[in-house]
Parts: sequence; C-alpha cells; structure tokens
Amino acid sequence: MSANQQMAAKYKNSFLKEVEDQVEMGEWVKMCMQCGVCSGSCPTNFHPGWEHPPQEIFMMIRAGKREEVLTSPSMWMCTSCYNCIVRCPRKLPITHIMHGLANYAHRLGVAPKGQPTRAFSKLFWNNAIATGRVNELKLSIGLYFKDAEGKINIGQGIKQGLAMQKVALGLLKAKRLNPFEIFGGHKCKDQKGIHAMLKKARELEEKRKAIKA
Amino acid sequence: MAEEKKFAAYICKGCGLGERLDADKLAGIAQKEGKMQVVKQHDFLCNADGVAMIKNDIANEGVTHIMIGACSRRAKTEAFYFPNNAVTRANLREGVIWIRPDTEEARETTQDMAEDYIRMGCAEVKAMTAPGGNVNTGSNRTLLVVGGGVTGMTAALEASKTGYPVVLVEKTGALGGWAAKLWKRIPVHEPFKAPADTGVSDLVAQVEADPSIKVYLNSTIAKTDGAPGRFVVEIATESGGINTEDIGSIIQATGFELYDANKLPHLGYGKSPNVVDQAGLEALAKAANGGPILRPSDGKPVTSVAFVQCAGQRDPSGEHLPYCSGYCCNASIKQAMYFKDGNPAIDTTVIYTDLRTPGNGEDFYRSAQEKGVIFTKGKVGSVAANGNNCTVNFHDLILDDQNAQIEADLVVLATGQVPNSGVNIDMTAEEKADDDAAEAAATEASAASGQPMQFSKKVSVLNLSYRQGTDVPQFKWGFTDSHFICFPYETRRTGIYTAGPVRRPMDMVQAREDATGAALKAIQALENAQLGRAAHPRSGDLSFPKVRLEGCTQCKRCTVECPFGAIDEDERRFPLFNESRCRRCGTCMGACPVRVISFENYSVDTVGSQIKAVDIPDEFSEKPRILILACENDAYPALDMAAMKRNEYSAFVRVIPVRCLGSVNTIWITDALNAGYDGVMLMGCKHGEEYQCHFVKGSELGRYRLSKVGDTLKNMNLETERVKDLEVAITDIDNLPRIINEYAQQIVDMGMSPFKGF
Repeated sequence: MSANQQMAAKYKNSFLKEVEDQVEMGEWVKMCMQCGVCSGSCPTNFHPGWEHPPQEIFMMIRAGKREEVLTSPSMWMCTSCYNCIVRCPRKLPITHIMHGLANYAHRLGVAPKGQPTRAFSKLFWNNAIATGRVNELKLSIGLYFKDAEGKINIGQGIKQGLAMQKVALGLLKAKRLNPFEIFGGHKCKDQKGIHAMLKKARELEEKRKAIKA
Repeated sequence: MAEEKKFAAYICKGCGLGERLDADKLAGIAQKEGKMQVVKQHDFLCNADGVAMIKNDIANEGVTHIMIGACSRRAKTEAFYFPNNAVTRANLREGVIWIRPDTEEARETTQDMAEDYIRMGCAEVKAMTAPGGNVNTGSNRTLLVVGGGVTGMTAALEASKTGYPVVLVEKTGALGGWAAKLWKRIPVHEPFKAPADTGVSDLVAQVEADPSIKVYLNSTIAKTDGAPGRFVVEIATESGGINTEDIGSIIQATGFELYDANKLPHLGYGKSPNVVDQAGLEALAKAANGGPILRPSDGKPVTSVAFVQCAGQRDPSGEHLPYCSGYCCNASIKQAMYFKDGNPAIDTTVIYTDLRTPGNGEDFYRSAQEKGVIFTKGKVGSVAANGNNCTVNFHDLILDDQNAQIEADLVVLATGQVPNSGVNIDMTAEEKADDDAAEAAATEASAASGQPMQFSKKVSVLNLSYRQGTDVPQFKWGFTDSHFICFPYETRRTGIYTAGPVRRPMDMVQAREDATGAALKAIQALENAQLGRAAHPRSGDLSFPKVRLEGCTQCKRCTVECPFGAIDEDERRFPLFNESRCRRCGTCMGACPVRVISFENYSVDTVGSQIKAVDIPDEFSEKPRILILACENDAYPALDMAAMKRNEYSAFVRVIPVRCLGSVNTIWITDALNAGYDGVMLMGCKHGEEYQCHFVKGSELGRYRLSKVGDTLKNMNLETERVKDLEVAITDIDNLPRIINEYAQQIVDMGMSPFKGF
C-alpha cells in the first residue's frame, strides 16, 4: 500500500481531520469564513495554474474532496508574498497552509508531476543539503538543463545558457560568480552535523504527527 | 371671552437684527397694520432683562397675546416660555437675515421679508388663544403588559422597578414564552464561546415575587376601551369570568410563532421524524437533559446533524417569508454546539447562504468553528428521507457543485419568526376574501382527511373598541407599525406600545432592550395623559382638537383619516374625540371639508390669516411671492439649519410651519392663489413604505388630498407648476435652498400670477 492509500484508509471520511493532523498549520482550515479576501488579495491574479483560490481549497477540504485537493497544482502557485495572511480577517496563515498542503501532497507522492515549483524546490533542497551550502552555479545549470518534466535536455540547456550569457559575464566581472564552483564548490564546515540535524528534525516531525493522529 | 385680550409685539434687535433691519419700521407695521396694542423694541430680547420686560407686561399691563419678532420658534424656547399666554414668533433671524446676503442691493427685499413676517406673526397671534389643556384626562398609573414571555416579563419588571404597578396577561398556563422552551440560550457575556443558561426561571421568579405585578395566566384580553390614562380593560380569565382592570397605558409583547415548517415539505418536514425545526431541536435537547441527543425515528444517539439556514425565509418567490429573521444563524450555531460540546465526534454541518451573527455572534461563530462545526455555503434544494437517515441535497455555492450531498441523522430547519400581531385591520376586501377561502379550504381538507386543521385564523390580541379596528395597525409582513427611526415602540394607537418580535424579528437581547424602552415610553404616555398633554412628537402640547359640531356634516373623513384612531363616533354619528389618544398632528383639521375642527393655537384661521397678511406687490414689481408650508418636524428645522450654515435662498418666499402635511387644508392653497401668490411649495416628510412622517400617515394623507389641487389650478386657469410638492428630510440642509432658488427662478420665468390686486 502506498503512503497515500495508507493515509486515505486511516482517515476514511474525514479529509479535514487528515489535514488538521498531517498538514503544517492544517488546524486553521476550519476557521475560514469564506469571505474571499485572500483570493481578492492574491497578486498572482490566478493565472491558469491556480485551479482553486485558497478559500475554495479550504471549502474543498471541508467537503472531503481529498483527491482533487492533493493533486491540484493550485497551492504550488503561491509566491509567498504574504498578502493574504496580512489581510485575512480570521488570521489564517494562508501562505503556510498552502505550503503545508503542497508539502503533504509531495510526501504522499500525489503532487502533480513536472510542476515547475515542485521541480525547482526539489533541485534546491538537494543542492542545499548536499554540502550545507547552496551552490548557485550548479543550481542554475541544473535548472537550465532540465525541462518541465525534470528530464535532462542538453539542447535546451545550451540555448538557455547562451541567452543568459551577458548576465553571467557581468556576474563574473563583478566577482559574484566563481566558475570553479563547478568542481564541488565551497562547503560548510560540519557536513555530517548538518545531515544529522536534518535527520533529527524529520524524526521529530514524524513523531509529532503520529501523536496528533 | 370673559377676559380682555391684549396684544403685544416685541421686536428684538440682537444677533445683528438691529443692524440689518429697520426695527422702527417693523415696530410701526406691528402697530399700524398688525394692530398690536403694545409694541416694544429691545436690544437683546432673550436676555434676563428682555424676558423680564415681557413678564412685567403680562403681569402689570394685562398682555395676553404675545408676538415675538426675533429668532426661529425652534430657538430660545426656554427664555420665551409663557405657558398661560398665546405666543407666536416671527422668524426674523433664521428666516430672514441669515438666509439673505448682507449687501446694499439685497437690503430692500430683506426688509420686505421681515415686514411680512411681522404682519404674519401679528395676524397669527390674533387668531390664537392660549391652549387650556385637556380636561378629559385619566390618572391611572397601572401598565398592562400583554404577553408573558421574555419581553413581557422584562417590561413588567422594568415598569415595576420604576414604581408603576403592572397587570401582566399571559394566554398560556405559564410565564416564559419561547425562551422557556429553550435548552440554552446564545451567550450574552464574555467570552461568548458556549451556550448559556436561559435565565428565564430567574425572570419568572422575579415577576412572581414582585408584589406590584399582578399576573393573569390562561387569560386573554376581551375588550380594551378608553384612552391613555383611562383605559378600561376586560380580561377573560381561565374560569370563564371577566375581570376588569383600570389601566394607564399598554405594552403589547405578544411575540412570534415560528414559520410553519409544514409549508416546507420539500425540506423533508413531515416526511421524516428526523427533520425538525429549531423549536423541535430545543425539545430534543431538553429531553436529553445534557445527555446525547436522540434521533426521533429510532431513539439512537445522533451521530451527524445538518442545519438548514433560511428555511422558508428570504424567499424571493413570495411563497414563504421574504425577510431574514436575524437570530436564526446564532441559534443554529448554538444548537450545533449542543452536539459538539457533548461529543466532538458528531458531524455537525451548518448549510448557509449568508451567515449573519449580530451582537457578539462573531465570537460565537468563531468558537463554533474552533469546536469543529463545519460551515458550508450552499443553498438547500431538498431533503430526502431514507429510513433513519436523511440526505440533504444542496448547491454548494463556493465549489459551484449543483449536486452536493450530505448524509445526516437529523436535519434542523431554521424557519424564522412570524409576528403574533392580531388581526390586520387594514386588510383589503380581496385579502379578506383570500383569507376566508384559505380557511374554508383548510376546513374542508381537514374534514376529508381527518387530520387536524392546518389553518390558524388570526384572532385579535387587544380587542380595541376603537372605531378603526380591534388591533394596532400593521406595517410590512404583519409586524406592527412603528416609526422605525424616531419612535420605534410607538404604535399608531397612542398609549399602546409594542415591543419584542411582534414589532420586528429579533433575539432575546434585543427583545429585552425593546421591553425596557417600551416600558419607559408607556410610563411617559400615561404621565402625559394625566396632565392633558400630548405624547411625542408634540410632547407636552396642551392644545387638542375642538370641533364645532353645529357645522359638522358627518362626512367621517376625520374619523377615517386620523392616523392614531383617536376619533370615534357618538350615537348621533358625530365625531367623538378622545383627546388623550390624539397626537395633535391636525390631520383631522386638514381633512375637514367644512373646516369645523381647530386647535386653540393652530387652526385654519391661524394659518389662513398669515397667508392673507402677506403684502403682495403688484404684477409689475418683479417681486413674486411664494408660499412655503413646511412641516415643523423635518422641513422647518432643515430650513433653520440651512440658515445656521448661512445658505442663502430667495427673498420671495414666505414660510409658514405646519404641524404635518396632513394638517394642510386645501383652502389655504386656494386662498393663497386667489390672493395673488405666484407659487406654493409644500414641504413634508417622505411617505410610503419607507415613510419618515412623524405622524406615520399624515404626509401620505396630506399628499393624497393635495393631489386634487390640480383641478383647482385648472379651474383658476393657472399652471399646475404653481403648486409644488416636495419630500424633505431633515438632512436636506444644502439641497433645500437650492431647490427653493430653482423654484423661484421657475416662477420668475413663468411670469407673475394674474390674480394680484383683487
């Protein structure tokens, strides 16, 4: 049984309860009063990636539409501008709930494939935890040579690299870009310690969620 | 008249009047044209010295009638208070100098205006006598409260605490009303998080322990006769006997019934015992007494419940209630907590279209969300019963899902309040026929099916012996009529006040506030009645209508038109005035075609002689004259306030305040046009569904009467624009001068009236 099926079976009819237990800040979902100020405040203006504005997602959670919510690309579209949090009359941490939902969907493996935010997040995370420092050169190259599905695409990488040539040279001149970073690059002092820390953090989170459930 | 009349005119020169106007000339006019026996000028009339001068003249010179040429009659009322004399005021300040520019060109027309107001004041005071007060008073200080619910009990207690004895009549066998049927109430104290004790038993105990509250249970009002201060009320008691009580004033707190859920079969009511209205759920909660609430169909604990808001309410189709009852959202939140507080695992869903939680309900709503009550915005289409379950089919308005469904053990319908206001005395013949037909159909249906009858005929609450009908008049949707803005508890029957949901839909907090307000108003009314004074808006007025019966043609217009049901008929079919019921609006006076009704200080003559006193310049003078009859409640104060802001308006107008547009007799308009006025403006309050008339129906009746004035104009060969009807609100401070100026220009463009100089 996949992680997704396990969770679905565990919470049977109550997706709201599942969100409250498993999603970061999920306990706030029930407090939405459907005023729609969050949607009205969103600067993304809901370009097509946003299938459902935040208050609609909250209502879908309450209506038990598990599949539709978790596979939705909507929460991945959030740019973390925090406008909705500032304006919400019920003080819901909407941005955090969006990220919480996205993260949960990712953990269950049901998040939309090839969603660019998700692809970039994965790339960034792996890049950052490898050495404990973000390697910007590797990150941008990694980004250029991958297509929307996350597959390596040499032609596209060269094309995008050439398009950004001027910027790269400028950065080089200003000493903001070190080409030797390609060979490993700078690292933090205690890599093992970082990894141990992340491992412990994950353990704690899982424990907390297990208690809540 | 036994006493000698002596007329005196006092002209003030303060507030710039002396500089702007030729006071000597004004005094001369008062003496020569106004025929005033005493004429005095004073530099500062409203100061102690000026007032002492007038008082001295009254005491030592035998002055009986006083004309004061100073500020508006709405200003300095305390200084110029001479209760035993006939007093009138010529409005030279707000009416003349404050609305005219202080320029050399304007000087002449401004002086003309002031002179006319002096002439008008003199003419008016000569037609007046000092009001002597109503002698036909009663001095009963007992309040009657009809209805023993929260509103009635609160009113009774408040009145009793103020020192007035109370008779409380309740038709059922126990006090408490709807509130006694509740398990708990919506919280009224911090932190507004959980349902609270109703407090009804405490209220009942207080009423029962109060020696000055006399309670009649299982009793109704068989007859209400009389007037404020001297009502005689017959109470039909349980034993079948009649008890008579002498009453000063009455509070009707007859509350509401829930909208009949039997009219909502599409929502499953009657089809499944598991569909209940809010009262039904309260009964289940009371039966559970803190334990799990049981499903009526099989007695098993409820595991899921759905609340359907606006059931049979806010219905645009006209089939059900068109209005929002305002309390049901909070009530459903409270009822959802009955379940959640007992067992958080119970699924509770409130399906609403707009959640409205007045008072501190927003905190209560939030608390329910915290407790896990699910709120779903949707419109319920139907509720289907299947066995012990119900399926609620609704249109989810957020997800736009037409086929959304919820399964629930129990469905609660929030059906709203229908007032218990007695018989609709203004029912048209058609409505009456419809009502009778519905009753006949229901009787037939019940006879055929053997089911109890589904029709409840409206029965009178007060059984008033008034000519105008047995109950207080209703406004919209059966709620009793009251002046929403200014006098919310006031009904159109003086001395009778309605409070609580009979007046408008409301919750317990609002009902208690209402009850307190109504109790104090009722006390005011009986105290005023005892002193022979009017109730508001002419509070304290001692004048009352006098009728010259020799001239009466028994046309009954006064009895029909009186907005307050003050006029009955005697055995000879003449109008019989009940002065204590009268609010002194003068609608009867305006209605009387033979002009036999008058007040001592306000009559066809007092206004008519002012109209005639104005000096009408000839056709070639380029000085038209426009008569303004302004309602003293809104239009006249608006003009005064315009003057305070120094908003200028035409010097061609002459303003006469009237008590109400309803008191305007068409003879005034005919007289004015005959005398050569070039235009007449009538300024009254808004009428109709959102009326603002302080006498409720006065402006409407007045307007109807004056709508016929067009014929008069045609007969006189005059343009219909020469009479202009205006709806004025007290806020029209800036509009009014503009409208007056536009009208004055229109009259100038139209040309002078040909009736001058006859």
